[in-house]
Amino acid sequence: MLIFSVFKTLTDQQVTVELKNDLSITGTLKSVDQFLNIRLDNIKVLDEARHPHMMAVKNCFIRGSVVRYVQLPPSGVDTQLLEDATRREHVSQAKR
Amino acid sequence: MASLQGYVDHRVLLILQDGRAIVGIMAGYDQKSNVVLSDSKERVYSMDEGVEEIPLGLYLVKGDQIVLIGELDENADQAVDLSSIRAEPLPPIRY
Repeated sequence: MLIFSVFKTLTDQQVTVELKNDLSITGTLKSVDQFLNIRLDNIKVLDEARHPHMMAVKNCFIRGSVVRYVQLPPSGVDTQLLEDATRREHVSQAKR
Repeated sequence: MASLQGYVDHRVLLILQDGRAIVGIMAGYDQKSNVVLSDSKERVYSMDEGVEEIPLGLYLVKGDQIVLIGELDENADQAVDLSSIRAEPLPPIRY
């Protein structure tokens, strides 16, 4: 749930999503849902020469379950805040 | 919410877990991102010949098989000469 909130704060930022089929897609993060499905606008596929499959695709919906990494802009994340928040979440889950 | 609402009645490209690419008009979807495509065609990529389009008709794709759904820019898509494209098929998903 915490990570979902983090992604929500990152909307309209430029991110690169690496999929589990080794495809990497850069684009503007438009929205995220609770499954961490991702909507990207103005997409660009890295290594387009090898992967011309998505030449005519401008925006896309990526299923959360196939995402390997999401590269975030460092300016968009307050790591100290995130560290504290993950610890707090861990404590509150351990209590339950 | 990362909804599929904006894609209904648009031409979309579906990439599946086994690496297949299917284009069609999105007729509908549901909460599990199961998708119904009308007038769908599979695009088969290979290094030896241009892209082959195989007509499939009306298709229901289970949500858990879907990797990506992209909205096709009709003009950009028509401008592409599929027969001139040589590319490896997309690799399947590996967990």
